[in-house]
Amino acid sequence: MTNTPENYINTDFGWKSWLLTLDHKRIAILYLLSISFFFFVGGFFAVLMRIELLTPQGDLVQAETYNKLFTMHGLVLIFFFLIPGIPAVLGNFLVPMMIGARDLAFPRLNLLSWYIFVTGGLFTLYAVAAGGVDTGWTFYTPYSSTYSNTHVIAVGLGAFITGFSSILTGLNFLVTIHTMRAPGLSWFRLPLFIWAQYATSLIMLLGTPVIAITILLLALERLFRIGIFDPSIGGDPVLFQHLFWFYSHPAVYIMILPAMGIISEIIACFARKRVFGYRFVAFSSLAIAILGFFVWGHHMFLSGQSVYAGLVFSILSFLVAIPSAVKVFNWTATLYKGSISLTTPMLYALGFLGLFTIGGLTGLFLASLGLDVHVHDTYFVVAHFHYIMVGGVVMAYLGGIHFWWPKIFGRMYPEFVARFAAIVVFIGFNLTFFPQFLLGYLGMPRRYHAYVEEFQVLNVMSSAGASILGFGYLLPMIYLVWSLRSGKRAGANPWDAKGLEWQTPSPPPTTNFAVTPVVTEEAYAYGEEEAAVAG
Amino acid sequence: MSGHLVPLKGYLGIFLALMALTAVTVYVAFLDLGPMNTVAAMTIAAVKAVLVVLYFMHVRWSSRLVWIFAAAGVFWLMIMIGLTMADYGTRDWL
Amino acid sequence: MQADVPGLAHHFEDLEQQHEAGRLGMWAFLVTEVMFFGGLFTGFTIYWNAYPDAFRAGSHHLDVRLGTLYTAVLIGSSLTMALAIRAAQVGRRRAQVGWLVTTMLLGTTFLVVKGFEYQHKWADGLLPGPGFAWEGPDAPHARIFFSFYFAMTGLHALHMLIGIGVLLTMCVKAARGAFTPSHHAGLEISGLYWHFVDVVWIFLFPLLYLIGRHG
Repeated sequence: MTNTPENYINTDFGWKSWLLTLDHKRIAILYLLSISFFFFVGGFFAVLMRIELLTPQGDLVQAETYNKLFTMHGLVLIFFFLIPGIPAVLGNFLVPMMIGARDLAFPRLNLLSWYIFVTGGLFTLYAVAAGGVDTGWTFYTPYSSTYSNTHVIAVGLGAFITGFSSILTGLNFLVTIHTMRAPGLSWFRLPLFIWAQYATSLIMLLGTPVIAITILLLALERLFRIGIFDPSIGGDPVLFQHLFWFYSHPAVYIMILPAMGIISEIIACFARKRVFGYRFVAFSSLAIAILGFFVWGHHMFLSGQSVYAGLVFSILSFLVAIPSAVKVFNWTATLYKGSISLTTPMLYALGFLGLFTIGGLTGLFLASLGLDVHVHDTYFVVAHFHYIMVGGVVMAYLGGIHFWWPKIFGRMYPEFVARFAAIVVFIGFNLTFFPQFLLGYLGMPRRYHAYVEEFQVLNVMSSAGASILGFGYLLPMIYLVWSLRSGKRAGANPWDAKGLEWQTPSPPPTTNFAVTPVVTEEAYAYGEEEAAVAG
Repeated sequence: MSGHLVPLKGYLGIFLALMALTAVTVYVAFLDLGPMNTVAAMTIAAVKAVLVVLYFMHVRWSSRLVWIFAAAGVFWLMIMIGLTMADYGTRDWL
Repeated sequence: MQADVPGLAHHFEDLEQQHEAGRLGMWAFLVTEVMFFGGLFTGFTIYWNAYPDAFRAGSHHLDVRLGTLYTAVLIGSSLTMALAIRAAQVGRRRAQVGWLVTTMLLGTTFLVVKGFEYQHKWADGLLPGPGFAWEGPDAPHARIFFSFYFAMTGLHALHMLIGIGVLLTMCVKAARGAFTPSHHAGLEISGLYWHFVDVVWIFLFPLLYLIGRHG
């Protein structure tokens, strides 16, 4: 009825125009759909786990089944939600726009990466349907290589395939950021989201191939008993752990760095201030990416790894906390004397600050050799990484989705409901996971479906929290979809935010910019106009 | 993008150097140099690789960014091997 | 709107940007390959250090002459690949095709001979798995050597096969005159991949074939 101008959504209808698209924005939407799907699949396993853990006895499912539940929960959420999530959805959509480009460097590789992702996901879903895997997402040998009777190879294949999706995304971003920045967009004028995606891409490229070869070796071991991880014939199961964690530790930085990039964007916009210590934040992203490759042994303090190696990894793990802390200080300083609006994205960002800090600090507990002996493989570890991955990454992801929703779909979400949902998520999250720190410290092991009586109260609190958290996640699903049809139409820049992406209509046209923009101002030039007027 | 045009003799020269180094590495392998055998073999391999990278892959005449990418790959491989060996190499220290 | 430049994709400003992006993209991919093979090199290093005698014995079972032949063939193929690109730089179409075909032939020779070598190893019972038959001492550790031998050379051979496929595509394009002095990015990028596969072999050869050959 109203004559909406041509944009990337209405430019062509029909499934072929979507499934064969080369437009990075459409590919981002394809990813949004598939990643949301996997989020709920992984969440479903969590629901079953938390129901089981309401009672001390293992009464809902058998122990073997419970092993499969936590394995699939981890696998699906890590490989199919957390690692690809922000880069594939928000990164794909925003990276070209933020640098003033018409698309990524390799649009066909971009589409290919989505198909690879879906293929890997389907393999894994097949394995789940066929009975799942019970090795833990960490696939430790020799159980996974020799003794487990579950579909290790199928799931491994799924993860292996999906890894290439990650590599292609990282490759695309890296080359794009190096070669396609608009005139005037020097490195230190880039939005910090771009610095974050760049650092993430480094990790995707350097780390993912190692998990690929590790899975390949695991498959060979399982199929042909080649013996490299089998202690009975001279192999070393700890070698698997070295190779596995060489990727899987940096992988957690693949998850958190883009989240941190989102936080920088949101905080600057809703404090109406440029990010304090921009260069420190930019360099911290790189430092986290690089240092993150030197610390993997902190997952192996109790594996039989040498104490001296443990010492080195422990010290390096303390070091890698520093750039993260630098960022938290800088965001806080950005908020100080800022003109703060508590919009939904800002609520998520503030939640992130608190929860990431707790998660990060508890990481230091785990990095201390002596302490780790006590809490390794307990719920303390579980709480730590959920604070970062759920309290950190998922909160930032939701904040980013809300922040850029008007740009992506040209519609505003309902602000009141959204704020309510953000608060529900925050409360639900803390109720779910804070008790788990206590449980872990008191000695409850992870990956057990039964526990001693005295842990029940805390477990019930955790499960109750999980139901609230689940409700909190359902709300955005509902109102965001609702907003697609009935949300208020958004203008080009409803937040009055800085950044090239806000210079385009909402939703943007297929080619993003009619004319390649020329950048003349620094990033986050908030408050400049007011200062100019006042001064 | 025509890039740098290497004279025919240049490529032939690199080729002959690579063949010569191959002969050397085989010859040296049959000498008893104790632990230096491994060092020699790896050094010669590294030299050969550098020749291929610089001249056949044109890194010698490519942008600094290409050079950084290539060096980063090598560096990261060294980290992986090196830090892993830090475990295995020190296991019997205790 | 930019004028219609042949071969320029719509999202690039000019051909130079497009070519640099392609080159960087291939280098980024090669770095991932370094790390992919690197995992195997890491494992190999660990076990060689742990079981030097078994690894030496295993290495002695490999034919040094074959290994040297492989190395020579691959180095030769790198030369011919470089010459193919050079032919494109000076606009000689038939030379491009000729050098590409030679490169493919050398690569195929490598694979064929490797196939025979594998077949011999299998006949000698050196394929890790249930049929592994090792006469010497330390069979489990020798088995680990051969696991790495097959994994590393197998992965390498797979990459060679893919490389030959890529070169075939390039050859067809070259025959059609797709590569000109100002525009031969596809050829250059394929060359980078091919040379990389050669570099991997440069390290595989001494590690697998030349351990403890003296005495």
